[in-house]
Amino acid sequence: MSTLTTTAADSAASRQDERKREDKKGVSVGRVIAWIFMALVMISTILPFYWVLRTALSSNAGITSDPTSILPVDLNLRGFARVFGMQSTEEALADGGSGASMNFWIYLRNSVIVATLVTAGQVFFSAMAAYSFSRLRWRGRDAVFTLFLAALMVPSIFTLLPNFVLVKQIGLIDNLLGVALPTMFMTPFAVFFLRQFFMNIPRELEEAALLDGASKIRVFFQLILPMASAPISTLAIITYITAWNDYFWPLLVSYTDSSRVLTVAVAVFRSQAPTSGTDWSGLMAATLVAALPMLLLFMAAAKRVVNSIGFTGIK
Amino acid sequence: MSTANAAVTPALRRKPKDDRLLGIAFIIPAGIGLIAFYLWPLIRGIWLSFTEYNLLTPEQFTGLANYQRMIGDSIFWNAVRVTLEYVVINIGLQTVLALVIAVLMQRLTQSTLVRSIVLTPYLVSNVVVAMLWLWILDNTLGISNEIISAITGERVNFFSSALAIPTIAVINVWRHVGYTALLIFAGLQSIPNTVYEAGKMDGASEWTMFWKITVPLLRPILALVLIMTMIGSFQVFDTVSVTTQGGPVNASRVLQYYIYDMAFGRFQFGYASAMAVGLLIVLAAITILQYRMTRAGETDLD
Repeated sequence: MSTLTTTAADSAASRQDERKREDKKGVSVGRVIAWIFMALVMISTILPFYWVLRTALSSNAGITSDPTSILPVDLNLRGFARVFGMQSTEEALADGGSGASMNFWIYLRNSVIVATLVTAGQVFFSAMAAYSFSRLRWRGRDAVFTLFLAALMVPSIFTLLPNFVLVKQIGLIDNLLGVALPTMFMTPFAVFFLRQFFMNIPRELEEAALLDGASKIRVFFQLILPMASAPISTLAIITYITAWNDYFWPLLVSYTDSSRVLTVAVAVFRSQAPTSGTDWSGLMAATLVAALPMLLLFMAAAKRVVNSIGFTGIK
Repeated sequence: MSTANAAVTPALRRKPKDDRLLGIAFIIPAGIGLIAFYLWPLIRGIWLSFTEYNLLTPEQFTGLANYQRMIGDSIFWNAVRVTLEYVVINIGLQTVLALVIAVLMQRLTQSTLVRSIVLTPYLVSNVVVAMLWLWILDNTLGISNEIISAITGERVNFFSSALAIPTIAVINVWRHVGYTALLIFAGLQSIPNTVYEAGKMDGASEWTMFWKITVPLLRPILALVLIMTMIGSFQVFDTVSVTTQGGPVNASRVLQYYIYDMAFGRFQFGYASAMAVGLLIVLAAITILQYRMTRAGETDLD
């Protein structure tokens, strides 16, 4: 549709396989339509989040009387107060809440513990395995690695039921450790992901350290881990987000507040809502509180997460 | 990078040492995870599918009884049908949208901000996404129904038996489309710019270049993305669990929800495992297909 002029600078850049488009951007119909479409995509991404915020800041009475108002109706923080358990039962009922007690700080704490346990364990143990598979020589190594790769194909639906039976048998049902356990040792993906990076670290560096008398264990801690800090932190962020957002497994193993994580708590909060006259203000406040930590983490590390996705999917 | 220079030659001449003990020690934690939570459950799940087991009493071997029951279970077949409906809508919509978004991101802007915004829904949990849309689509107060009724004078029950599955599919497209678009975007980055320049020299339009260059060169990655999302969408659960709980009646009782219900609602672990084996076989078939398709496409990228 739009024939773009190629400049000399452009072909120079393309030689390095740069896909930056320095072309003169001609204003064509196609380009305008494309931009409108992209704008629509971005609006439909962001607007629902705004609507959650708007609802959380409204009162339930206000939502009912003015459902289309763009701004919060009867601006207040009582929805959040309900979520954090700072309202008395009477107040909560008067505001349209279910009156059920909420212990969001406990759920938040549980989510932090589980996600931290999973991330620390998974990343560290996977790094150890990845080091063994990429830099150490031992017989049977490739066969064992193939076994790890094969586990990549096992869909989670299949391991969930037997894993539940196992966790129940070792007595970790309704226990935070039980929630963290299945993904705490490794995921095949994490091992594979780190192995790719470890293999690219030049051998000369390792040889030099070994000549200086360092042991292989020291090479792992003081050379490999620091050199791979970028992929390791990328993996850690992705793992943290995944662990935080997990719902099915925690739903199976946690029954009480002592091990309930945020995702499950939000779903329970929803199921406790009165069928007539749902406490939308409180529900949306809860939704926002549950989403916020990961949104903040994403804001801090957006570039890293976004750029890692090409790798995570396509190897 | 690995070119040896004079300084490291002595190091290279050393005989490679066998690190057997350390090598094995380093994979022990991950190995425990692999055996306890991947390999052992695989064997155990298959075993359980041949038994009757309710968690309280030891499992009883019942042979193929669970599979026979499965064949005659109309709710199971309904779950299969509903899951397939979900998968088709979800994948169709998601792939087309993601492809368009990815191509536009590449041709219009390389900005990380745009990519981050598109990815945002993927960063929050399925539960949060389900709650958000439950509210927006609510029959009595949801903003979408306010708009619809202002235009048409009628309200749409998005979670009715006819619409529940399409609604859930679209909700999940909203969450995942950015992620899928970024995967395809990464694939687009691997197509050399020179190909497009050659296309421009020949006077090809953007439209022609999309169909004649982008799509063919992207085919292996598209196949991979397609299969990956397919495996994911066969296991839909979270959104159903929060929005409809399988209802109305069985209209959105997808396979994974039925398996969950059978195991934890009725404690029939044997039967639930048999259905999980069924799903496993379907997913394994898709994985094999994945290898065929990606292998077949490898030559394209050379």
